[in-house]
Amino acid sequence: MTTGEVAAPHRGLSPRRRRRLFLGLQYVLFVAIVLAVVLLADWPQLRANFASWDVAEQLFPDILTVGLRNTALYTGLGFVFGLAAGLVLALMRLSPAAPYRWFATAYIEVFRGLPLLLIFIFVSVGVPLAFPGSNVPGGVAGQAGLALGLAAAAYMAETIRAGIEAVPRGQLEAARSLGMSYGRAMRSIIIPQAFRIIIPPLTNQLVLLCKDSSLVLFLGVTLEQRELTKFGRDLAGQQGNTTPIIVAGICYLLLTVPLSLLARRLEVRRRREGR
Amino acid sequence: MSGTAIEITDLRKSFGANEVLRGIDLDVRAGEVVCVIGPSGSGKSTLLRCVNLLEEPSSGTVRVAGVEVTDPEVDIDAVRRRIGMVFQSFNLFPHLTALGNVTIAQRKVLRRGKAEAERTAREVLERVGLSDKLASYPARLSGGQQQRVAIARSLAMGPEVMLFDEPTSALDPELVGDVLGVMRELAEDGMTMLVVTHEMSFAREVADRVVFMDDGVVVEEGPPSQVIDAPRHDRTRAFLSRVLDPAAARVPGKGSLGTST
Repeated sequence: MTTGEVAAPHRGLSPRRRRRLFLGLQYVLFVAIVLAVVLLADWPQLRANFASWDVAEQLFPDILTVGLRNTALYTGLGFVFGLAAGLVLALMRLSPAAPYRWFATAYIEVFRGLPLLLIFIFVSVGVPLAFPGSNVPGGVAGQAGLALGLAAAAYMAETIRAGIEAVPRGQLEAARSLGMSYGRAMRSIIIPQAFRIIIPPLTNQLVLLCKDSSLVLFLGVTLEQRELTKFGRDLAGQQGNTTPIIVAGICYLLLTVPLSLLARRLEVRRRREGR
Repeated sequence: MSGTAIEITDLRKSFGANEVLRGIDLDVRAGEVVCVIGPSGSGKSTLLRCVNLLEEPSSGTVRVAGVEVTDPEVDIDAVRRRIGMVFQSFNLFPHLTALGNVTIAQRKVLRRGKAEAERTAREVLERVGLSDKLASYPARLSGGQQQRVAIARSLAMGPEVMLFDEPTSALDPELVGDVLGVMRELAEDGMTMLVVTHEMSFAREVADRVVFMDDGVVVEEGPPSQVIDAPRHDRTRAFLSRVLDPAAARVPGKGSLGTST
């Protein structure tokens, strides 16, 4: 093969020029779409409906002391319950006892496959029917925590199991060689390492839970139990103005963006440590 | 303490249809250093792992310091406390410092208090020459340092027997000496040691006895001067010539080397 063949002039544009032209067209299209949306929107109308200072001012401080607080509360309860149940399920999935593995697998498949809304309805309606006279402790907060946790446990179980399996086999052997029982080795050696591995995905799970806690409105909540979404929706209805929805949205971002940033930082740090 | 530290009788181990150990009999006296050599796949590591039951033997018995390890009634965790094990890949706990690695089993298994565990840890880490690395995490240590922490971790439990599974095979050549030096001192202090190794010079100098294994059986055993320097069996001789002078090996089944180019 001679270099002449490679350097031979193309008919029309060379591939490199064609690629540059294509990229240029892409940018032009992108800017055109953004401009069109910005120019075509009715800004005065939007401002009046979505960013009314008067309406926004009235939301404070309740949207923080009630809405944000309850969102954080429901999310926290769901996370703690989901983490505990997820850890138990993960250990069951790794258990040498087959019935445990079957149960854990079935649970994970069922609860990963169901819409969260159905789980909320099941908790609010099904639990009182199944155990007559009993109530989920903690009222709405307890129900919300249970519903969120039941679903989160299924996802977290898989995450935790992957984390445990990512710890090299030699770690368990070294721990057992030192005379640790299986349970002791799990608690002191394997699980601490597994959790380091899975902190970033667990943080993402927390972000998801934070958003999913909006489904609490299907449990039927009192004024004091409203979380951000319900709070925003109610006030938007009362005021005939959508600003509360926007403010509620910003409040969510106040929770989720720092969490996402934290997850990313932890991930970077873990990669830097080389483990 | 005198007498027999490790007593292995007719030990067999199969993985599925593959019989890795085919009837091993081996005794190690208290204070004795026994090196096990042999080609890879000969069952040396499996033999070692059967002694502290990381592998469950298919049949046969193993007794360590008078306790039958293979007895299903025995508390295996209690037995393992008396058997130190050093792995080829160190297996330090990466989430703990050197000091944490050496104290954790003392505290959780032996139930020693924090002060006592740390005092013991400092002693054994000094013994392996790492007093200045107490606060270092394994990732910050060289392979040789990691392996010495691993030895210290076992020593802190006060074992009666130490098992070494190719302790220097994962090390850069210039770091091997530090680890062998620590092992030599242990031997001089009278520790009972069963060592799987490819380090023939170590075996020759330190071992009281060398065992050559091939294909799941003990082919030959005796003092190093006999097994390494004057082997009786052809298999031992063939293995040793390959280990002692790897550069002399020929590509198997290729005939003489002169024909190529």
